[in-house]
Amino acid sequence: MTKTCQEWEINPASATDYLPPVQMQTLQLARLRATVTRAYDYVGLYRRRMDEMGVSPEDIRTLADITRLPFTMKVDLRDTYPFGLFASPLQEVVRLHASSGTTGKPIVVAYTQEDLGVWTDAMLRTMASCGLGRGDIIQNAYGYGLFTGGLGAHYGAEALGATVIPISGGNTDRQIMVMKDFKVTAICCTPTYFLHLLDRAADMGVDIRELPLRVGVFGAEPWSDSMRRRIEGASGIKAYDIYGLSEITGPGVGSECCCQAGLHIFEDHFYPEIIDPTTGTPVADGEEGELVITTLSKKAMPMLRYRTRDITSLMREGCACGRTLRRIKRICRRSDDMFIIRGVNVFPSQVETALLAVEGTLPHYQIVLTREGGLDRMEVQVEVTPAVSSDKVGAMEKLQSKLAQAINQTLGVRVDVRLVAPQSIKRSEGKAQRLIDRRNMQ
Amino acid sequence: MKIHQLSIFLENKPSQLTQPCRLLAEAGVDIRTLTLADTERFGILRLIISDWEKAAGLLEQAGYVVNVTEVVAVEVPDRPGGLADLLNVFEDTDTNIEYMYAFTFGHGETAVLIFRFDNPDAAITRLQAAGINVVGSSEVYQRIQPA
Repeated sequence: MTKTCQEWEINPASATDYLPPVQMQTLQLARLRATVTRAYDYVGLYRRRMDEMGVSPEDIRTLADITRLPFTMKVDLRDTYPFGLFASPLQEVVRLHASSGTTGKPIVVAYTQEDLGVWTDAMLRTMASCGLGRGDIIQNAYGYGLFTGGLGAHYGAEALGATVIPISGGNTDRQIMVMKDFKVTAICCTPTYFLHLLDRAADMGVDIRELPLRVGVFGAEPWSDSMRRRIEGASGIKAYDIYGLSEITGPGVGSECCCQAGLHIFEDHFYPEIIDPTTGTPVADGEEGELVITTLSKKAMPMLRYRTRDITSLMREGCACGRTLRRIKRICRRSDDMFIIRGVNVFPSQVETALLAVEGTLPHYQIVLTREGGLDRMEVQVEVTPAVSSDKVGAMEKLQSKLAQAINQTLGVRVDVRLVAPQSIKRSEGKAQRLIDRRNMQ
Repeated sequence: MKIHQLSIFLENKPSQLTQPCRLLAEAGVDIRTLTLADTERFGILRLIISDWEKAAGLLEQAGYVVNVTEVVAVEVPDRPGGLADLLNVFEDTDTNIEYMYAFTFGHGETAVLIFRFDNPDAAITRLQAAGINVVGSSEVYQRIQPA
């Protein structure tokens, strides 16, 4: 019933997705030079940094020269709040968005009319690569407002020629009613919200599998392959991962295609690099590191080498869907989550992988770092779940040592595993704090 | 012939044992017997309760992970060698005793022991074939009813 990748019709608006690499690079270089010139001419911070590094826009002669440019960090947006990084006068800015700052001031992003066109183009191509087109009825449950998700998806879906329901987030019962009554074929929201919606639908006696819904366009938070299997199994839809961030444009930076094997970056607008997060130098081809993006088409707020903090790698091999756009692996962790223990870089997600491998599902856990006699100690506390609980001491001790062994093997660091009582790990707003670092307090 | 045993996971730290006991006490649930298996880091509390379904519900509601296991109550003569004779039944068999504990009461000339077998049905057949009294649940609760 489902067509294979190669049988999907190519949307003419997606033509750039299939550009031969040499032409893509020529286009990228021309746009990069224009962007750097614009940033240097109109944004004080970029000019100051480039002058300090002794690099001028004329020095960018090849794409490889991009590494001569300074990085931009989130803190730069905060320090220049609200309008300090704008390269266009406000007369040309037609839209402002802001992302919620978890600490202090939010960050503000600006768009000219042309920038909105670039964003719309990227989101149209995102929707097309998720197999959507004219005739689809798209329920857009991303929040409308200062958050870029709602309007980004909205403009893209409209430009696609699909029918958009701008329902925004929340009011789950109404979402389910609309999904059913309007014969919705695709939904845009966060994957966790969709899981919540599935639960609620079951409570209401609505079987999502029996509705025309066939596609989920999910983003705005990292989610795992096992979550995808859960979503697809429970709802019978295809769940696609999309990627974006407000600093770069909002949603539409990258998207999965029918192959669901990595996210194509719309690199005619957003130029990707992968760097070592500690040294800042580019990693070898195909290796994992922090994703850095330079905007190539944006006017109001060009971003030079923006450090996303997202950890991924650029895939070298071509994609079966035929797109020539390079792909990144799905993002499952951020460089700010990383901690170092006894000289080894560790991500909580690696611990998760090990726990998942032993138990089958992910239990609640917490990593506690302490320092004893000058030596760092890592303890992983794991809540006992019904599936692994036993009346036999031996079985519980075996579980404890299996978990420790799996983590040791994944990390290459010795850890202690302590089984703890259910619900004993503190949760804040439903989320558990994964890492407690007590090393500096002692 | 099998009896339902509840077990819960406890961390090895102060007041962990008090909470479930108080919870059951407040609901008027009488614990017939219990045993606590402990390790350096955690303990497993095993309980025999006549209204085990109610107790399991209460504990689960309070957030405990409750395991229900089928165990076997066996009557053993209260004399030297009584237990050794009983264990003889399982010599040269595949039946494995995971653990055992006694009811905390004296009852004339016999004692009742709780056995956790890896295969309770096979164990019961063998015990009965050897003429050993396997005590059913209602009988156990009756017998241990304080006079």
